[in-house]
Parts: sequence; C-alpha cells; structure tokens
Amino acid sequence: MEELTSLLQASCPAPRPERERIVLGHGAGGKLTAQLLEELFLPAFRNPALEQRGDQAVVGWPGGGRLALSTDSFVVTPIFFPGGDIGSLAVHGTVNDLAMGGARPLWLTAAFILEEGLAQEELRRVVGSMAEAARAAGVEIVTGDTKVVNRGKGDGVFITTAGVGWVPAGVELGPERVRPGDQILLSGTVGDHGLAILSQREGLGFEEAIVSDSAALGPLVEAMLEAGGGGVRCLRDPTRGGVATALCELAERAGVGMRVEQEAIPVREAVASACELLGIDPLFAANEGKLVAVVAAEAAERVLAAMRRQRLGAEGRRIGEVVEGRAGLVTLGTGLGGTRVLDRPWHEPLPRIC
Amino acid sequence: MKYLDEYRDPRLAATLLEAIGRAQTRPWVIMEVCGGQTHSIVKHGLDQLLPAGIELVHGPGCPVCVTSLEMMDKAHAIARRPEVIFCSFGDMLRVPGSGGDLFGLRAQGADVRIVYSPLDCLALARQHPEREVVFFAIGFETTAPANAMLVERAQREGLGNVSVLVSHVLVPPAMANILQSPANRVQAFLGPGHVCAVMGYREYEPIAARFRVPIVIAGFEPLDLLEATLRAVRQLEAGQAQVDNAYARILGREGNPAARALVQRVFETCDRKWRGVGEIAQSGYRLRGEYRAHDAERKFEVAAIATREPEVCISGQILTGIQKPQDCPAFGGACTPLHPLGATMVSAEGACAAYYAYGRHLPAAAGRPAESGGRSADEGPWGPPVGAR
Amino acid sequence: MCLAIPGKIVGAYERHGLPMARVQFGGLTREACLSYVPQAGVGDYVLVHVGFALSRVDEAEAERTYRLLQEMDQLGELEAPVVREREGEG
Repeated sequence: MEELTSLLQASCPAPRPERERIVLGHGAGGKLTAQLLEELFLPAFRNPALEQRGDQAVVGWPGGGRLALSTDSFVVTPIFFPGGDIGSLAVHGTVNDLAMGGARPLWLTAAFILEEGLAQEELRRVVGSMAEAARAAGVEIVTGDTKVVNRGKGDGVFITTAGVGWVPAGVELGPERVRPGDQILLSGTVGDHGLAILSQREGLGFEEAIVSDSAALGPLVEAMLEAGGGGVRCLRDPTRGGVATALCELAERAGVGMRVEQEAIPVREAVASACELLGIDPLFAANEGKLVAVVAAEAAERVLAAMRRQRLGAEGRRIGEVVEGRAGLVTLGTGLGGTRVLDRPWHEPLPRIC
Repeated sequence: MKYLDEYRDPRLAATLLEAIGRAQTRPWVIMEVCGGQTHSIVKHGLDQLLPAGIELVHGPGCPVCVTSLEMMDKAHAIARRPEVIFCSFGDMLRVPGSGGDLFGLRAQGADVRIVYSPLDCLALARQHPEREVVFFAIGFETTAPANAMLVERAQREGLGNVSVLVSHVLVPPAMANILQSPANRVQAFLGPGHVCAVMGYREYEPIAARFRVPIVIAGFEPLDLLEATLRAVRQLEAGQAQVDNAYARILGREGNPAARALVQRVFETCDRKWRGVGEIAQSGYRLRGEYRAHDAERKFEVAAIATREPEVCISGQILTGIQKPQDCPAFGGACTPLHPLGATMVSAEGACAAYYAYGRHLPAAAGRPAESGGRSADEGPWGPPVGAR
Repeated sequence: MCLAIPGKIVGAYERHGLPMARVQFGGLTREACLSYVPQAGVGDYVLVHVGFALSRVDEAEAERTYRLLQEMDQLGELEAPVVREREGEG
C-alpha cells in the first residue's frame, strides 16, 4: 500500500497537460464535479454548513429551530421528455434535496434564463408543468427572476430553483450517523431518468419511450421517518452519477464501507434492454424520483414496509448493508457470486460499441 | 432478454467453474481478446471466481482505446471545421488526442454528434446537403460491415457530402504480435466471438498451429466465457493447440460471407498504428481507391498529420501481461484516466485504468468477515478470489 | 468492437433500397438492417451490432448446448461436448 501511495505521488519527467477549460464532465456529478467542489468552491466560500457537502444545508434559525436550504440548476436537453420536462424536474429536484435532509419543503424560488427565439408556447408548457408539480408537492414558488440571453448562448431554457424547508425537531439525518451494520434501502427501479433523457436526446431510435421517474419524494420520506424515527440515519437521492455515485459519496462521507447486491437492485425491462444495447450500466445512470436510505438494522424492516406502502416506494428493496473497512469502499456482489468494486465515474455514461 | 439472460445463470456458472477446477492441474495464462469480453468478466467478477491457477490477461482492449493519438488528432482537425457534422460512436468522444477530446470540441462549438448506427449518417447527409457529414469509422472486423455499407450506399446514392475517417483494426495480426514477443506469457486465447461472426475463424488456424496455442472462439456472457475457458484449459492440459468454436449458436467457420464480401470490396488491409503499442503491419483497413471520394483523410487533407506516441507508455507490455501498471514510470503521474497516454489507461477496463481506480483500496479484503491477513501474489486489485464453489 | 445483442425480428420492410427489420430486445424495439442476413425473417432471432444484423441465432444449436450444460449440472460430472461444424451463413 505504501508502495502504491508513493508511486501516485511521484513526480514524473513527462509533461502533465494542464486542464484549462471546463468540460462537460465537470457537471456530470462524478469525480470531476467533486474536484471542482474541493479545489474551487469550498476553499473560496468556506463555512461549516458548506463543509458538510450535502445536497441541502441545514442551518440553525436565530429564533430557534432549523431550516434546510437547497439550490439546483436544470439544463437538461431535451426540455420535454417522456415522464416530465425541465419545469417539473426543476421543482422535483430541489424539493427532493430538501426532503433528503428530513425537511418539509415549503417555498421555492425560480430563476429562468431563456434563449432568444424560444417559442412562447414551449415556455407556457414548462411553466404550467412547474405549477402543477409545485402544487402536488405542496410548495409555493414565491419569487423568481427572468433573463434572456442572445440566440445561441443558451439551450432554450435553463432554470435554477432554490428551496427552503423546515426541519422538524428531533429529525437528524446525515452521513455522520451511519454505522457498520446499518441496512441500505433503495426505493425503486434505477436508470429510468438517465436512459429516458439519453435515448431522447441522441435520437437512438427506440420505438418505445423510456419514461423518466421524475417525482417529488416528500410524502415517501415522511412515511419512512414516521415509521423509523431515529433509526433512519441518512437519505440520498441518486441523481447524476446514479446509485453507484450516491453510495460511494455516502460511504466516503460516513467513513464506512458498503456492500450491496446486484440482484437486489431493480431495473425496468425497457431500461435494462436499452442498457444492454448501449453498453451502459444502469447503476451509473441518473434517477429523479428515487432515494437511497441508510437505516439502523432494528428499524429496517418497518421502514421498508412503510416505504412499500407508498406509491413511489412500492418497488423498494433492501439492497445491502454498511460494513467495517476502508472508508468509501463500496463493493457489489454480482449475480454469479463475484465481487466488483463500485467507483465514482469521471463522466456521464455514453453509448459504447466495445 | 432471450439468448442473453439464460447465459448468466449462476448455477450453471458454478457448474462450469467446478469443471474448470477439476480439469486444471497446473497454472495457465489465458487472454481474452475483446474489450467487451473484459467488460463482462469485470462486471460479473469472473476473474475472481476462476480457480487461483487460471490467470486471465486482458487483451488489446478495444478499437476505441487502441486508436492512435495521430488518428485522434486527424479526427479533431476535421471536426473543428464549421462545415462538418462529425459523427461518431459514443465511446470515441472521450478519447483524448493531443489537445483534448471530441466532447471538449463540442463544448467549443464543433458539431459533433453521437450515432448508434453508421446508417444514421446517411439520413443526416440527405437532410443537410449543404454540410459535410463525416463518420469516424473505427472498430474491429465486427463493425467493418456496417461501415462498409455506409460507404457503399453513399457511393451508390451519389451522396458526395458523406465521407469516413477510417481507423479499423484487425485481430489476427494483433494476436500474432502478442505471441511473437519473446517475453509473451499468454498460453491460450478466448477468441473474439463477434469478430468471428463476420470473419469466421479460418484465419486463426495458422496462428494456433504456428504458435501452438489453443484458441477457443468465445461469446460474451458469463456462461459463454466460462465454457470457452473450460475448453481452453482442457486443451492446455492435453497439450493441444486447436481452434475450437464455443459460440456455435452464433457462428460457423465461414462467418458471414455476405458481410465479408462487402468489407473486402470497400476496404483493403494496410499497416496501422496502435495506441501505446506502435505500428503493426497489415493490421488495419483503409478505403480502396474506388471509394476515394468518400475518404475523409483525403478530402480534408489531414493525411499529413503525424503525431508521435509518448515514449514512456508501456501499454504494449501491459497488454501482453509482461509488465504491470505500477511498473510504468508515468502511471498515476503523467498518465491517469483523465489524461491517459496509452490504450490501457484510455479504456475503463484497461489494466491501468482499473488499477488506478481500485488500487487505492488495496488490500480490499476489508468488509468480508474473518478473512486471513496477507495478500498472495495473484490477488487482483480487489483482494483474493472469492473462491470457486 | 463487439457489443452485439440478440433480438427477435417482429417486422420486415424495405427502406432506401435496403432490407430492414424491426427487432425487439426485451422491452425495446429498434430498426436494424438485414442486408447481411437476408434469409432471416419474422420470428427469427438475430445478433445486432450498431444497427446491423450480423448473424441468425441457431436456436437448435443453442438449445442443444444449453441442455448439455444443464445435464452437466445435474450429473455433477464432466462431459466433453461434441463440437459440430455449422454451415456458414448466406
């Protein structure tokens, strides 16, 4: 091990090409995104809440109690896809980030960057969809902003939503609570959103539409917290980078290892077929209506039952457990009894031919 | 999915693993040729399930990873041109050239598109007669029929705005190259099942005979790979060196003559540079003269671009199992998955990329109950084999 | 190089002078070119790579060798499978 460490730190005579430009990988939610966070944003903005590196920040309110804050930008192309659009996604994404912190989402802000030339009818559809999603999620969009950029400078529409929620007293969720022996639950099928977007965007020619799972997870989280109480340690929504990334990040933050089983992770038939055809691993494809929960062993059974009673958790499963060992090491038991190490990807998955 | 899922049956896999264990009396070194086979092995954890004496060496990766630096630079030069719609298979977009990758070029405004099938380029060309549609025609022999059809159709329909940048590579010369090395350790091959679906397996017979190595043509699913490994081990134990077809539901000795015919009409063999390995004689395809109007290298005058591979890269020796990633002075420093020098780091399944990703977790036996301490010499990056059942 | 998947032909037609097929893979259907496997028809399984059928699956052969494997499992015993030459396509 020492030998390897020294090798990795060794200086090398060959010139190292500098990475001067932002590349798409920096937004893919994997290693490059993490690098940007560690090397640029964190040092610049440094504060205790940000250091938690969560998808949401839970902060103390001066008058007492706790708020959760979250923000997310939505740049998805195409803006309309089976199962949703950039508008509903913008609501669900932020609402879910708040819910992962145990917060009840209350208010959203919405900032639009519109490209000159965007059809008003398209914008109407997006906004209508947002309104419907907000209503269904029980949040109000209370303020916003609109900018327009020159044609060619924006992909139709970009939306940034920020959300505020209230964290009830007694709700404590976070990677620091995770312990070896805790169980890992997954609320349903993986890869739906990622494959829906990819097949639509690249025009891969499938007759059937793969449908995104974009949905607001508030009620699911509430049901789980009610059943499990303090037994629910931590929640994560596996968006960019997929379930694999969410698990790796969590394992690293919590300083634990994890072991999950391939056979326990559900995948829809159409998504599985698309993944076979394109050579994509569904474990690394995005989800927008799923969550991963780490739950104390004694509470796991009843939390899973509560999950499955909810529409959005009906296909929930126990997929593995937290183990002792190297911080951040996530291993996957394959269907054949082999073991594979899961690692955070560098980039978004792309179709391959070999 | 029929003819796929049943070849992942764990119980039958266990049966085959047991049979391999019983057949084997000595250690053997076997190479699987295709990147797709390597991918399947890693995905299912097969290499740890095999008996400890069977060492699997991962082969020349895949046509994506072995595409030379020079060819990537030519691709970039063409893709930068404003009149060009540059079409490619998805996995090529992240392969770096001397100055970034195709994805990066897209970020800078180049019109780079992912296609699933080369035929999609014909549709694009018809829709955009004012643009030049260029297809990055890479692949082993498996992809040559598809690429050949694109060229033949473009010619037949008079689509003058379609051209291809050809970087095909061929398996038999690569295999011979590996076997010719005096330090070669590979004793048998799991042959490229889908390449042979096109080409048949006649051309492997002289290789098996000359170098005295069993070559078992293998599919890609776990049962296919295990069946092929079993047959290879049996041959090795018996001192045989035959070409054996373990993928008979898909191919026969002649492969697909119709596909081969068009491939041979459109392409001819040529010397080809392999990233990190160097030039292998007669190991590539190029367009025949009759199709020169559709040759992107000529059309866009990039034939003059010549890039030298970094000399420090030892991909060639890693591919043949002679050296390990940590033997390379550039490993982890100048050469990482983000800025790879050679094929074995470009490919996610390449030995160097895999070791880089998982090596930091050594020893990886943590997390399993009551493991004995210490690592044996043939442990992979993620700890000792779980053990054949 | 080699990512090719077996699918079932559920429809056949011609487009731009090429024989094409609708091929079903599990829950998904996509178009593939049949130029290289012209004898394949609706109901057949073909191996598809980048939108081209390269080979027709020999279902009888598949069944035969799979059964051998199952028998091996049941007997718990080694059986050397008989390798039978298959005629080339086309």
